[in-house]
Amino acid sequence: MSKKYHVTTTVNGDECEFLCEGQQTLLDVLRDELMLSGTKEGCGTGDCGACTVILDGTMVCSCLVLAVETEGGTIDTIEGMAKGEALHPLQRNFLELNGLQCGICTPGILIAARALLERNPDPTETEIRYWLAGNLCRCTGYDKIIRSVQAAAKEMRGGRS
Amino acid sequence: MEGVRYEAPETLQAAVALLAGATGAARVLAGGTDVIVQMETDLIEPALLVDIKKIRETRQIVGENGGFRVGAAVPGMEIVAHAAFCKAWPGVVDGVKLIGSIQIKGRASMGGNLCNASPAADSVPPLIAAGAIARIIGPNGMREVPVEDIPIGPGKTSLAKGEIVVSFFLPPRPAHSGDAYQRFTPRTEMDIAVVGVAVNLTLDGGGTCTAARVALGAVAPTVLLVKEAADALIGTRLDDAALERLAKAASAACRPIDDKRGTREYRVKVAGVLAKRTAQQALERARAGR
Repeated sequence: MSKKYHVTTTVNGDECEFLCEGQQTLLDVLRDELMLSGTKEGCGTGDCGACTVILDGTMVCSCLVLAVETEGGTIDTIEGMAKGEALHPLQRNFLELNGLQCGICTPGILIAARALLERNPDPTETEIRYWLAGNLCRCTGYDKIIRSVQAAAKEMRGGRS
Repeated sequence: MEGVRYEAPETLQAAVALLAGATGAARVLAGGTDVIVQMETDLIEPALLVDIKKIRETRQIVGENGGFRVGAAVPGMEIVAHAAFCKAWPGVVDGVKLIGSIQIKGRASMGGNLCNASPAADSVPPLIAAGAIARIIGPNGMREVPVEDIPIGPGKTSLAKGEIVVSFFLPPRPAHSGDAYQRFTPRTEMDIAVVGVAVNLTLDGGGTCTAARVALGAVAPTVLLVKEAADALIGTRLDDAALERLAKAASAACRPIDDKRGTREYRVKVAGVLAKRTAQQALERARAGR
């Protein structure tokens, strides 16, 4: 039997403990051990961004983080985005403006877009496109994704559209 | 893959001891954006991973003797957010900005980019053009090595068993110095350089180039420091004739492969064109006094 590591983290605000092997990725642990399957696996090699989460305040691909590295860390996933029944403005605008088709890329894009709007509440279209360059949408619905982010940004700045 | 042992020491000495004492395959883990991909795709099967991110020396950007010392494991997003470093070495930052997505830069480091030893690594040409010196620690102590001496072929470095790149020293530059890195890729983001060029130059008060270093990426088994290309600029005001000589020297130095990203002939041609553009950008920055 290979060695198991005992890891204590904070996931979406709650303390969370798990056992993992040295080579297990954070993505695998989120999905298969913690049953947080909102984070998606796309490529598994850091190219598509479907597995994007926030680790200690930084946006990362969870497929390129070892679970054991997150000891003492803080992880925010898509499951923590809505507050109870209340969707985040990004989530609501994605629904209203059809910012998703198959939905596999959506959790990663929502996490990435929120990280952008926290740093820059009023990004240009170019800034949004460059920030989201690491999130691939296989349905190629990019235009509606950008419009959804813009609408959410406007709403979050206090202006109704 | 089964049972990787993971260690995250807090001192360089402990990390070196772990690596030097390893009986099976051992790897240094910094941002993991290459190592974990290689593990996932079974290219490597390390028995031991030594995470160096808890070691202070690998994780800080500090001023030193008028220059900067940048830890080998500092993630790209911390580098691009460091205002003083961005002002001092905009060309190095150009390279860092092109490493993968925002997510990748949240983890990827210049030390990893160098030690992965891809000839197309975006931060390596500007580090070499900058004259950056890598600090390496190993079982026999510390040594300081020019960055260009570390990669020796695709995926291969001159590091000995148990050695770790700790940090990079970027020296102070005279006034009227500038550097730049540009790469050619079919896509603007999330792509691998077909050709990359870094230029670092210094002007005198009258605008004549007194010092230059030119490095080319993705056109040979390792990143090339091309003296002939630098010599084409030194002593000139980067007029059209000097830029033409630079382009010829850059193209002449190329020993590229043919692959899906570009043919040999194409890479040779693009290296010359890109060298001119990059030199002009470095010139503008030098004139602006950066």
